Amino acid sequence: MESKKKHIFDEVKNVKRLLNCLYVCCALLLILDFVIHRHVSHHWERLWAFYPIYGFLGCVALVLVASWMRRFLMRGQDYYNDEGIDYKPKSKGERQDLSQHRAKEEGHDVDA
Amino acid sequence: MWMLEIPPFVPFFISALIALATRGFLRAVIMTIIPVISMLQLWTVPEGIHLQFTFLSFELLPYRVDKLSLMFGYIFHIAAFIAIIYSLHVRDTSQQVAAMMYAGSGLGAVFAGDLITLFVFWELLAFTSVFLILARRTRRSYAAAMRYLIIQVLSGVLLLIGAVFYFADNATLEFTYLGLDGIAGWLIFIAFGIKCAFPLAHNWLTDAYPEATVTGTVFLSAFTTKVAVYALARGYPGTELLVYIGAVMTCFPIFFAVIENDLRRVLAYSLINQLGFMVVGIGIGTALAINGAVSHAFNDVIFKGLLFMSMGAVLHKTGRINGSELGGLYKSMPKTTVLCMVGAASISAFPLFNGFVSKSMVMSAALENGYDWIWLILLFASAGVFHHAGIKIPYFAFFAHDSGIRTSDPSNNMIMAMLIAAGLCIAIGIYPAALYSLLPYETGYNPYDATHVLAQTQLLFFSALAFVWLNLRGIYPPERPSTNLDFDWVYRRFFPTILRSIFATIWKMDKKLRQRVINKIESNFVFMSKKYSLLTDLLLRGYPLGSMVLWLVVVLSCYLFLSVIY
Repeated sequence: MESKKKHIFDEVKNVKRLLNCLYVCCALLLILDFVIHRHVSHHWERLWAFYPIYGFLGCVALVLVASWMRRFLMRGQDYYNDEGIDYKPKSKGERQDLSQHRAKEEGHDVDA
Repeated sequence: MWMLEIPPFVPFFISALIALATRGFLRAVIMTIIPVISMLQLWTVPEGIHLQFTFLSFELLPYRVDKLSLMFGYIFHIAAFIAIIYSLHVRDTSQQVAAMMYAGSGLGAVFAGDLITLFVFWELLAFTSVFLILARRTRRSYAAAMRYLIIQVLSGVLLLIGAVFYFADNATLEFTYLGLDGIAGWLIFIAFGIKCAFPLAHNWLTDAYPEATVTGTVFLSAFTTKVAVYALARGYPGTELLVYIGAVMTCFPIFFAVIENDLRRVLAYSLINQLGFMVVGIGIGTALAINGAVSHAFNDVIFKGLLFMSMGAVLHKTGRINGSELGGLYKSMPKTTVLCMVGAASISAFPLFNGFVSKSMVMSAALENGYDWIWLILLFASAGVFHHAGIKIPYFAFFAHDSGIRTSDPSNNMIMAMLIAAGLCIAIGIYPAALYSLLPYETGYNPYDATHVLAQTQLLFFSALAFVWLNLRGIYPPERPSTNLDFDWVYRRFFPTILRSIFATIWKMDKKLRQRVINKIESNFVFMSKKYSLLTDLLLRGYPLGSMVLWLVVVLSCYLFLSVIY
């Protein structure tokens, strides 16, 4: 029943609307740059649209550098999981016990 | 006025004892009331030293009140109150007791007037909070808790050694401005730095906080690092080194936050980034900068707590916290979504939210004091914060692709706690004068002038535009189940591997050596036995039992013979 219900962003139209809102706001803020007289304390702030450009380029650079970092920093999810216990089960029974124990650990038994 | 004599940590420690003995509704009522009463009492306390005694010829000041410590005292009460309400549903006594002790230790530390008292609470912070990580009861959390404890205790030990050196130099233990001259200053600086998550000493935070329980992480995010910020503000204001350390702290975590999958770990990186702003403020050290640092610490406790609570709610309801497994939760957790977005707006320093009224002070101070490059870095970090904490956290948890998870908003106490935090975020944002009146210095600063508001709004909107553009172009790194290597790799992987191979070599050599000695001894025996084979034949080889009896008889008869003689 719940999954049948249409939600606000299931409509592509609404996503488009939200994005258009954002574009309009950005344009307005650029126009305000001409209107509002700012008292600047730094010579870079005098450059036209310094803050918008810096924000945009800063974020793009941030994401590109971070993506590049993934190439040498990313490891599998269980990279550190072999810490502490280097235990290899010997018999079939022990293997079952251990897998049950692991399953219990991986559950989110928080605030029990 | 006997009430004045009681330091604020006492009611918390007493309530921890009561929480140990009571259950259910009664415990909930007591735990909720204690911070309120304690806060009211703190409100009436005048500045000055309220408790002082001599112990082993050391002057101890366990309870000293001034504007700086009061500010942290108030925020710790607020944080404790919110976190306690958030955790009312928890049926785990060890967690509740540890949480009360932990909040009390934080309060004890900020009102400590001397280094020995500070050290005691410094260590108590570590020993009480570790139970909030252990309470998760998984193997991962156990390992993380042990690493956390080792690093925290190391910080305490350095503080103690520093205090000893300090006493030797100055013949006093009073905790005032310390400065970086002499070995004592450096040792204490490093101790504070470890707890403040300086670069390379930051991994205990990103390692342990995401492994703690849902409610435990909310407590953890409030106290430990803020005590360190307080200690730095008291001991090292105006230390230029802090400006550069802080700038690094604002910058490097945002890269990790962009590629991290565990959303609570994203928040942990974000926490380091916010600490960076405070550390820069303390390093600049002017009245405006210190005000900025302290008020940002105050606000950070609220909005970071709110974000950790909202992510905790997600983990609590869905059992998942990885961005790659979440999405579309706004459909079934609408309240949590809205509250999380309030926290996101606050941390991003949107005008009318509390992050704006404090962060801009540090930025202004950096410009006024000629730290142009630092100001640029802080500006970049501000845009970056918005990127990961402001957009990534709500977007990947509540929107993005629909993960198909259908759940509901968490229990009323959790929603209530988030509501209080969100209300405070907006109230302080709209009426910053209330917060400014508590600050240590009078600066007459006004965040709401057209220049500031326009600049910050432009920065944030165009950062959002960047996010949208990157996503539409498909450049934005997708959430992947992964572990990202950080400095902790050095002590979790590199050293153990090196040590293991060293020890393996040592054991091999040891085995060889012993084998050699054994072979030598054996060959000696063989030699001897060959030499005396005749004797051996007589005594052992043929009739071992017989020969033993024979010799026993001989010995006994000799003994008898001798006893007869005497």
